[in-house]
This record gives sequence, structure tokens and C-alpha cells, in this order.
Amino acid sequence: MKRKEKNFSIFPTANIKFKRAPLHIERGEATLKLKNNTLILDDTDLEILEALQEDAKQTYMAIGKHLGIAHSTVYDRIKRMEQNGIIKKYTALIDAEKAGAKSITAIMTIYTDPKESEKVAEILCEAPQVLEVYTSLSEELQIIAKVVAENQESLHTLIANSVAPLHGVLRIRTSIVTKKFKETQFSIVNDSEKVNIYKRNT
Amino acid sequence: MNVETISKILRTVPREKAFYFFTSIGNYTGVSASSLKEFMEKINEVSVKSLEFHLYRGDFEKWIDETLEDKKLVAEIRSLRSLNHFGTVLKEHLYSIIAERYEGLSGDFKIL
Repeated sequence: MKRKEKNFSIFPTANIKFKRAPLHIERGEATLKLKNNTLILDDTDLEILEALQEDAKQTYMAIGKHLGIAHSTVYDRIKRMEQNGIIKKYTALIDAEKAGAKSITAIMTIYTDPKESEKVAEILCEAPQVLEVYTSLSEELQIIAKVVAENQESLHTLIANSVAPLHGVLRIRTSIVTKKFKETQFSIVNDSEKVNIYKRNT
Repeated sequence: MNVETISKILRTVPREKAFYFFTSIGNYTGVSASSLKEFMEKINEVSVKSLEFHLYRGDFEKWIDETLEDKKLVAEIRSLRSLNHFGTVLKEHLYSIIAERYEGLSGDFKIL
């Protein structure tokens, strides 16, 4: 279950902020719309989404030309998907290293009391340094969070002062990322099997 | 030392001001202490790795200074750090310093 979406905080403001992807598409949300019959994605919608995921800055005209449809159709489809929350936002995918940001990334695994885990996850979501928050169930209930910090000391301060004291936190394991091999976003339209699922549902 | 000062050092602090034992950067053991008494007890509970981590970062001194506000104990912990002890020697020495201070303050408190 993915939880983080908010960007306000009781935590100190992070000096480093970056958005991961130019376009966010939540498959879960799209599925929900299909189930509720409020929005059905067809091939054209999926192709428009694919075009936007490739380059969200391209014009309606360019997308229309590429897909062989009118730019007004592209406009209407995009507006409809924005209004229904399928297209959540447009952001810049920044190479923080090239931008000169000195930061470290860490993956935090927080073991929690099951009764408190929801609340802990929600509080974590408020921290600007916390980029992603998930709950996971293996042998114990865990919260997994991706965190950025200026350096190891500020990472430790964040965890010691703002995470460990939370009610229900039993213990924390943190792994600092030493090298990034791949970072991308999940694309519903690039997965042929999932596209076929959508097609069958429509 | 007056009653107020001793009471302040021996008081139980809220959880956001407690000491949280880690073994390394970001790795919380699940053990915390909200008072000098609890801190003394938890020294025997946590691993020596955790004690070494905090002692040589100056975390114990910082917490005792800023939260418990016990300058005498801060000086004693600082002296211990200069001895460069590790392992069980460190654990026993640290415990004896804290226990001695706690018992001394508790005794003074009863007399006052």
C-alpha cells in the first residue's frame, strides 16, 4: 500500500527537494475509476498517457500528430484524465547530482506495533525529507520509507528526533544507498499485459 | 546542590526528550530511557556496540547536558571518553559512573 502524497510538515524543512518523475499515473486509482464506471480508458487514452510519460512538455498538436488524431481530442482526453485524477501532476525529473545537490538517500525499515502503524505512516508522510512511504507485511508489520538528507548526521538526527520517538515504533533499520543503478517510474502503458487487462475491461 | 536541581536531574522527561539507543546511523535498537534511573538500567540492556556508538559521538554527554542538565555527570562521561575504552570494560565503567551518580543524587534527595 503506497501512502505518501502530502507535502506539509511538523518536521524541519529539508534543504533538498526533488520530484521523481515528470508524470505520475496511479494504476490503482485508474482501476478504481473503471470499477466505479466513472472513467474508462480506451486505447487512445493509453496512447496519450504513453506520449506524456515520454515527454510531458510536448504540445497537444504534437501528440495529436503523432497519434493521428485531432489536437482538440488530445486536449479533451487529457483534461478528462486530469479531472479524474489519472494524471496526477506534471513535474520535472531532476538529476540532483548534476544540479549540485549534496545529499544521501536511505531506505528506512520501521518495525511497528500493528495498532500504531497507520498513524506512524501518516506522520512520516508529513516529513519533506521522506519521499516515499509504504507498509509491508512479512514476518512483522513494517513501514518502508525512502528518505533523503544532507548527510549522515542530518539523517541520524531526523530518525533519532522525529521517528524513533513516535508511539508504536519498535525498532528501525536504515540502509544508506551507496550507488544508484536504476530509478524510473512504473508505466502502466508500457506493460503489454496490463494494457491488455485494460482493453479487456473496456 | 538544592532539591530543585536534584529533582530536575532525576525527573522523568517526555518521550520526545528521551534518549534513544542506536547501534549505528539510523539503526534504532528499540531501547530508550526517559530518566537517569532508566538510563542506568538500560546500559546493561543494550549492546556494547550501541554504547560505543553513542559515547564516541558525544551523544551521552549531549543528552545529559541538554536534557538532564547535570554538568558533573557530563564531565565524568567526558573523562571516560578520553580513556578510549571499548567492549565490556566500557560498559562496566559507564554503568559504575552513572550508578554512582544516581545513588548519590537519590541519597541527597532523601536527606534534603
